[in-house]
Amino acid sequence: MKNAYFGEFGGCFVPELLMPPLLEVEAAMREIMPEPEFQSELEDLLRNFAGRPTPLTHCPTLSEELGLDLWLKREDLLHTGAHKINNTLGQALLAKKMGKTALVAETGAGQHGVATAAAAARLGLRCTIYMGGEDVARQSSNVLRMRLLGAEVKAVENGTRTLKDAINEALRAWISSQESTHYCFGTAAGPHPFPTLVRELQSVIGREARARFLEMTGRLPEAVVACVGGGSNAIGLFYPFLGDAGVRIVGVEAAGTGDPGCFNSAPLNLGVPGVLHGNYTMLLQNNDGQIEPSHSVSAGLDYPGVGPEHAWLHKTGRVKYGMVKDANALSAFHRLCRAEGILPALESSHALSYVLDHPKEFRGGAVIVNLSGRGDKDMGIVGDALRGGKTY
Amino acid sequence: MNTLERKIRRVGDEGRAALIPFLTAGFPDQSRFWPSIMELDEHGADIIEIGVPFSDPVADGPVVEDASRRVLADGVNLRGIMKELLERKGLLQSGVVLMGYLNPFLRYGFEKLADDAAAAGVHGFIIPDMPFEESAAFRDTLKQRDIALIPLVGPNTSEDRMRLYAAESEGYVYVVSVMGTTGERGAFDPRVADTLRRARSVFSLPVALGFGLSEPAQLEQFPADARPDAVVFGSALLRHLDAGKSAAEFLRRWRQA
Repeated sequence: MKNAYFGEFGGCFVPELLMPPLLEVEAAMREIMPEPEFQSELEDLLRNFAGRPTPLTHCPTLSEELGLDLWLKREDLLHTGAHKINNTLGQALLAKKMGKTALVAETGAGQHGVATAAAAARLGLRCTIYMGGEDVARQSSNVLRMRLLGAEVKAVENGTRTLKDAINEALRAWISSQESTHYCFGTAAGPHPFPTLVRELQSVIGREARARFLEMTGRLPEAVVACVGGGSNAIGLFYPFLGDAGVRIVGVEAAGTGDPGCFNSAPLNLGVPGVLHGNYTMLLQNNDGQIEPSHSVSAGLDYPGVGPEHAWLHKTGRVKYGMVKDANALSAFHRLCRAEGILPALESSHALSYVLDHPKEFRGGAVIVNLSGRGDKDMGIVGDALRGGKTY
Repeated sequence: MNTLERKIRRVGDEGRAALIPFLTAGFPDQSRFWPSIMELDEHGADIIEIGVPFSDPVADGPVVEDASRRVLADGVNLRGIMKELLERKGLLQSGVVLMGYLNPFLRYGFEKLADDAAAAGVHGFIIPDMPFEESAAFRDTLKQRDIALIPLVGPNTSEDRMRLYAAESEGYVYVVSVMGTTGERGAFDPRVADTLRRARSVFSLPVALGFGLSEPAQLEQFPADARPDAVVFGSALLRHLDAGKSAAEFLRRWRQA
């Protein structure tokens, strides 16, 4: 097992029964992914099935209001509505070439579940999705989409009934189904080699954004910004810019309600290092090493851990990680709808909110915000918030 | 030779399999936990595995997971467990093994944990989410204090991977009977006998079989060359105790086997 670590973070902390399938995925990454046949089939799926490349949209109204040059990387325009499809198509194709006949996956907001179900249907694989009971309730339209795409959705009623518990259950299911099944992990976290595999598949976001911006302006942006839950859309955008010393990189964690001591989803800012879901990373945990419940208005950020590469980029200082509260994310959501005619996912609204709330940090410069998903799935939550009701 | 290995070998010389009950710390409740441990010790347990609860036990089935959640809600934590073990040092004839997920151990601190475990008379650790590749540092820390880090292997563990563990491990090797989580099963995976034979050929340590055991009769299906040296039972015991029945009664059936 090589390169399982990012500095001191990462690793492969799983039961021995999961080591053979993880080593199998690692070998497939090494032997199958670089093949021209794999690359060209993936390229075809991304272009003609998912809708890549995605545009880089300039936001004239907000740019003027903020005194900066705001651009959006439009992952919301992809098939199934978010960046998740970049990863699931790659992993589904890899699974197929590994001889697997089924995918198992976890999902939080349901976006990864829908993207996995779509990739599985497209490539003729069976699909089982584990989803926390609370998420099933707050993202019911995505549950229906997964079922329509042929996936079996299993509600997880253990623990906090959110993403964390869905991952536990999917890992358990993978122990017994590993011969026929690939675990299509949804974010750049989990045991090695998933943080690297997911980053490789999501880096298309940053490569496209960088090349397109260069092509249009002849230079690089001053900053790139993305929301961080597990951190797959963020690492996908950031990775190709890491070597560009002049480009500021900002990740945005969900601060929850912002009340003192509130549950949040900001382990980089508020957590301590530990091991969960197979990797050593920053975690929300108590003094006894028990994992604390997380909270965010956006189900896709609601996770007590974060990808290990983000923990490392945080520690080295190459990436700055800020926090945005539920209410600010909601107000950024409304502002983008009205100012630019784009309805963002609540996850992406956190990234946008950071720029709207701290324009001085970016003043005069060009900023690319990753609009990682569209907000259609969040209509229930936004509607409830508008009526002054429950905002989760 | 580690104490745990010596205990199992001695039982083997008597012509029976060693008995290793697993009990989650603080289960079925704080008042009944220690009396249950003492009863297990008195009525035939050779080694006792004490489960350290964790919020996210990915290798466990519903019975152990529920037990873990219940005791966490009741305030059980590793510091308390270590303190209680220290207070009872020398009272148990059985070997004592702590079984739990890595994060609570990590948070406690490896060095301090190894020191406190040695002081409290703990003979071994089982950490299901710490495979060979991640185990070197803690294994060495434990070894310096004569405490074993017990490896888990299963039906999909190749001879090559078993060799990795065999070169470094002490105590006993824990063979997981199923491709799944803890919990009782009626029938074994048909590969269990092969796994037991493979483990026996690779490891010089005693072989313990666990996950899915509930009845002594389950052992009869194994041919002589695939009989385990020890058997571990967890979920079945937890359910038995939770129903208000005694630990002694549970062990009696196994003693007669």
